[in-house]
Amino acid sequence: MLTGVSEAVYYILAAIIIGSGVMVVSMKNIFHSALFLVLCFFGVAGIYILLSAEFIAAVQVLIYVGAITILMIFAIMLTARLYSAQIKQSNEQVVPGLIIVSALLVITIFALSKTTWKLSSQAPETQTVAEIGKLLMTTYVLPFEIVSVVLLSALIGAIVIARRD
Amino acid sequence: MFELGKAFEAIYNWLGSLFTRWGIPQFWLDLLSMFLVFAAVLAFITLSALFLVWWERKVSAHMQVRLGPMRTGWHGWRQSIIDAIKLIMKEDIIPAKVDKAVFVIAPIVVFVSALMVYVCIPFGKGMIIKDLNIGILYILAITTFTVVGLLMAGWGSNNKYSLLGGLRSAAQIISYEVPLTLSVLGVVLITQSLSMVKIVTAQTHVWQWYIFRQPVGFLVYLTAAIAEVNRTPFDIPEAEQELVAGYNTEYSGMKFAMFFFAEYTNLVAISAVVTTLFLGGWNGPWLPSWIWFLIKTFFVILVVMWFRWTYPRLRVDQLMGFAWKFLLPLAFLNLILTAAFA
Repeated sequence: MLTGVSEAVYYILAAIIIGSGVMVVSMKNIFHSALFLVLCFFGVAGIYILLSAEFIAAVQVLIYVGAITILMIFAIMLTARLYSAQIKQSNEQVVPGLIIVSALLVITIFALSKTTWKLSSQAPETQTVAEIGKLLMTTYVLPFEIVSVVLLSALIGAIVIARRD
Repeated sequence: MFELGKAFEAIYNWLGSLFTRWGIPQFWLDLLSMFLVFAAVLAFITLSALFLVWWERKVSAHMQVRLGPMRTGWHGWRQSIIDAIKLIMKEDIIPAKVDKAVFVIAPIVVFVSALMVYVCIPFGKGMIIKDLNIGILYILAITTFTVVGLLMAGWGSNNKYSLLGGLRSAAQIISYEVPLTLSVLGVVLITQSLSMVKIVTAQTHVWQWYIFRQPVGFLVYLTAAIAEVNRTPFDIPEAEQELVAGYNTEYSGMKFAMFFFAEYTNLVAISAVVTTLFLGGWNGPWLPSWIWFLIKTFFVILVVMWFRWTYPRLRVDQLMGFAWKFLLPLAFLNLILTAAFA
């Protein structure tokens, strides 16, 4: 389905995502890591748009960039010890880490190459927002409500922790 | 009735016929028209920013019984052009202790995020760059990049005033984004669409304008939007008495100009969104649609300027309290009532 331009755009986005992902874990300055994380999330939003899932893309930017990363940047800026600190990039557990990571890599490659991917022949939905809304209110109403309860309890927990002074 | 949208369509069709005669594929036509549209939007933003800088100075001057700029041209109309040339020609200073890459990229991030809002603004009939079916949600999402840019500026400057200014403005924008989004939801509920064009076409007659059907939503949106663009009475991120100039203390020349430019770009953008969501967008009698849109947008800008020169600045704790304890419950109440009766 991807042809010409969309293929080129896909590879550019993939390069952005992987490149910035590598930078997130390898930058010495934690503030720079957070900024590369923003770029990485932006690239993922681009992939969603390429798959004509605009609603998910907008929500991705709104939540991951607008809320989560900014919260992280706030934490970095308000923590005196982290502020402009040079973080050590490796720890003592090099050998176990290497084993676990290579095992994960092997499993992932195995899973990716052995799975037969189902392809839909239907044209992508144009009115995604309405469809998602209907599904959330009918088929998936229970998980949806559970997620709201989880969020509510997280909210109350945050207030309780913040008031303990 | 002269509709600019039809003129653009005619130009596009003419270019298309030329391209087919020369046998150039459709892709290049689309690319060229994208560049042309982008240039047109950039020209509109530049002209309105230059005009608004002058206008703001004149409005403030007349409200304070002064004259404002008078020396350059008739009533000083060339003042902002000359200021812009001065800022561009200034030496580009990067202080020694700043985080260089972050410092340089920050104004670009702020400006680009301000610019990207214009993709979804319907300037007139058929004058929207792309009528995304997530229209207003896209605008809400893309404006969050401004926060990243401001935090980058505040942190990259390596200066405590800049850092505090950046933190304050980010905290403010995040807090006011919640009532802002909730007030937009009222409009979306009635229209049953997120598309900007559908929101405009749902308000064809004056009595259908959402300012009358969603008066509370309108007030909440306007208040939160003024806070989002850091203007008085919500301009504590750049409170001179406390923070020198906030996040742009270390910036000068062209980079300072970009922050300034982005500020006015954002002002035009929020006014255009207010016009689209609550004031019927391009709808109006006799005049072409794009003229109606400009009249309404610039009227909203005038109102926002009026606020700036009338109200004093809020204190930082009052500002947060106002967002969380007053605007947020009000927006929720409005949303619940709208959902119940719409």
